[in-house]
Amino acid sequence: MPEAMGFYTDTTICIGCKACEVACKNWNQLPAEDGGIRELSGDSYDNTRKLDGLHWRHVKFIEQFDGPYNGRWLMMSDVCKHCVQAGCLEVCPTGAIIRTEFDTVVIQSDVCNGCRACIAACPFGVIDMNPAAGTAQKCTLCYDRMQVGLEPACAKACPTDSIQFGPIAELRQRANKRLVQLKAQGEKRARLYGDDPNGPLGGLNSFYLLVDEPEVYGLPKDPKLPSRSLKQSGTFAAASGAVLGLLALVGLRKRRMDEIGEGAGGPGSQN
Amino acid sequence: MSDTFFTASPHWRWLIILYFFVGGIAGGSYFIAALLQWFGRGRPEDRPVIRTGYALGFWGAIISGALLTLDLGRPLRFWHMLFQSEHFPSLMFKGWSPISFGAWAILLFGACAALSWWEERRERAPTLLAKLVAGLGGIFGFFVAGYTGVLLSVTNRPIWADSPWLGALFLASGASTGAAALLLFSRRRGASERSIRWLESFDAQTLIVELVILIIFIASLWPIRQVWISFWGFLLLAGVVGAGILWPLRLHLRPSGGAGFRNPALMVLLGGFLLRVVVLFASNSIAVRHVASGGG
Repeated sequence: MPEAMGFYTDTTICIGCKACEVACKNWNQLPAEDGGIRELSGDSYDNTRKLDGLHWRHVKFIEQFDGPYNGRWLMMSDVCKHCVQAGCLEVCPTGAIIRTEFDTVVIQSDVCNGCRACIAACPFGVIDMNPAAGTAQKCTLCYDRMQVGLEPACAKACPTDSIQFGPIAELRQRANKRLVQLKAQGEKRARLYGDDPNGPLGGLNSFYLLVDEPEVYGLPKDPKLPSRSLKQSGTFAAASGAVLGLLALVGLRKRRMDEIGEGAGGPGSQN
Repeated sequence: MSDTFFTASPHWRWLIILYFFVGGIAGGSYFIAALLQWFGRGRPEDRPVIRTGYALGFWGAIISGALLTLDLGRPLRFWHMLFQSEHFPSLMFKGWSPISFGAWAILLFGACAALSWWEERRERAPTLLAKLVAGLGGIFGFFVAGYTGVLLSVTNRPIWADSPWLGALFLASGASTGAAALLLFSRRRGASERSIRWLESFDAQTLIVELVILIIFIASLWPIRQVWISFWGFLLLAGVVGAGILWPLRLHLRPSGGAGFRNPALMVLLGGFLLRVVVLFASNSIAVRHVASGGG
């Protein structure tokens, strides 16, 4: 069994070139949206805007400006987190979503029927429909390339090594070393996101080095599995069903009592 | 900010809203019919209501299945929810995934409803087997009416995953809309005044239960209350609570008879439909792109 593989993304050295986005689209043969006629976002230099079924990589531009000369850019190449405990895999009713031998999460497009439960289940908003295929799609961590010993296209194309690919254990060591280095340089806000195997979702096989709160990067602070609500929600529904059933029975009994009270004939009282 | 605000909408729109609405009516009306068959002491005067309930359950299950299938990105693969496509005929079932066990529940509910409807059309006293099928179908019916809310809760989307009360709310709404549909249709099928009065009384009670659960549901969403400062908040208040619960409750308590806005059953159905519209679209309107970048 091969060891768990994944991405470590050091956002501090991302230059926003979007080479990873292009490489991903190129390798996975993802078509342009609306035949390439795409409106500009109008409020950002980033026109991809989000991950979806046609964009499995997205370089987020976080543009924090108070005025033209006061602010900073944060850039982060976002992708499926290949969660160790994956919400999408948990809810998928067709078995289309599988965990591979590399501990990554892959949607089998020939099994998916496009019910979209995985889209609502993903705590990161990663998955969406590919309109051409009619199925839900996302990053496969280039499963086809990994099977022949190649690194994913995005990591291969990244010119600054912001996206690093390798065995998760090794990536964690590398990330921790970089974190210490950044803190020593005075970047007190530096932190790792998703590296902890005892943290949310059992850790992420695509984890990040950030220099601000996760929310600033559009990441949830405490991502959760969708099944957390099942027991409580099911119990409340069952309880309300029991109350309604009881009300109906009480109503029927009252009707019977009224009939007896009336002491009248009619078809009902004969039964 | 709730972590649910960082997720993407599954684009469940009108077909799913209709499915939630029709499934609720089908499950609720069948449940009431089964209850009448089991505990109504076999009164002949109840038979038009029972027959209508089974018919609504049967046709509702058929329409629900069709709506769900049409909503899929690949409709011809609908059977992948029931069988493992690569290992047919091995069953596909996940007890922890509402969409998975819900697909089975609709199938089994539809089967029970078909049997009950067929048996009831034979115009004879129900056999023990028929009563057992009705009992099982009644449980499946209520399950179908309520699991859709649980399904929404078992996601990571705003509103849906932020409250554990949606299953209970949809179930109560399924009961009230089921009773309302029975009131509308069974009258034309010769239901007695006594049956109608019981249905009206039960509908009023379910509306009160629904209102209480709705209040608890909204209170449980207090941390993300800003989501209601929108058209959907207005529709919830005016359409669901006002027109769909309080107004028909008043009409039930002071019956004056009438059509359109003065018909409580019609208003309950309208309220049940709007409830699903609000719950689906209020969440769908919150998209990940609004928080994904500093510019958003």
